[in-house]
Amino acid sequence: MKWTLDKAKPLCPQICEQVCLSIALGEFKPGEKMFSVRETALNAGVNPNTVQKAFEQLEIDGILYSVRGSGWFVCEDISKAKETLDNLVAEKTEAFFSALNALSMDNEAIKKYVKEWDNE
Amino acid sequence: MSEILRCENLTKKYPNVTALNSINLSLESGKIIGLLGPNGSGKTTLIKLINGLLTPTEGRVLINGKAPGVETKCEVAYLPDNSYLNSWMTVKQIVDYFVDFYADFREDVAYTMLNRLGITPTTRLKTLSKGNKEKVCLILVMSRNAKLYVLDEPIAGVDPAARDYVISTIINNYNPEATVLISTHLISDIEQILDEAIFIQNGDILLHKTIDEIREEKGKSVDELFREVFRW
Repeated sequence: MKWTLDKAKPLCPQICEQVCLSIALGEFKPGEKMFSVRETALNAGVNPNTVQKAFEQLEIDGILYSVRGSGWFVCEDISKAKETLDNLVAEKTEAFFSALNALSMDNEAIKKYVKEWDNE
Repeated sequence: MSEILRCENLTKKYPNVTALNSINLSLESGKIIGLLGPNGSGKTTLIKLINGLLTPTEGRVLINGKAPGVETKCEVAYLPDNSYLNSWMTVKQIVDYFVDFYADFREDVAYTMLNRLGITPTTRLKTLSKGNKEKVCLILVMSRNAKLYVLDEPIAGVDPAARDYVISTIINNYNPEATVLISTHLISDIEQILDEAIFIQNGDILLHKTIDEIREEKGKSVDELFREVFRW
């Protein structure tokens, strides 16, 4: 799992988001065991307490569940994780449009441009 | 969460300067905490008071409810800002010395870490580079099974690639019940692993918050905030 963390934003929500994405993108399957808190902390280069907090938040959100003594697992129902992915896609799309709008392209022009881009 | 360190109106005055100005501080166990401040702000003074190397002018400092002394030295692992080890000794002799000295010293852990950094135990300390000497000192401190680790400038002389190793050494080897207090200027290298940051200036505590609180409230990294607060 690859981590890209923005230093200007709180870490905990960023970790939650990236765990959701890796589940939604199939890197972790429903019911599969997650990396431990400590492994995740080492991979991401963050404090284990932060990862612990993130996993606890994900448990409240119904994305992960913990089994005492054996660690963290992905919930069978991954619709919540998929929701995060959808939200991110929507966010990126909006950012894409507003960036090009700022360059005085209207939405029709953008669509036309994307089509041409795709054909190339 | 229990309290591992408490400072009450802690003051330290030197003949011409007040190094610490009646500070109050409470640190919980199980945290990694950054002690951040410009040069001469009082970081090392605070650390020396915690280790009983200085006595307070006023107020007191308590480690796990006890004043610094023989008992607290068993619970605190201290990395000083400059090396105090005999340079004629070999790495192995120093490890043996620590095994003798500290009941909580984990010899196997020390050798595993030395091995990973490619430091041969038969090397004499004086033949090691500055950075490697610092790594040996940090390994010795982190090999103890302490309740409070106090690290004064642990990564200053270490190259950026090895800093990552040092940071993972800290994450890997502290027991989750223990607290690590790290004083440093190299904030951007270390802020990801901190739970809390303490900003100290001219002997006063300016701020004591969790990293995520700082990032949320200010919308910037701790490093950026530090540069803004301590701008010349």
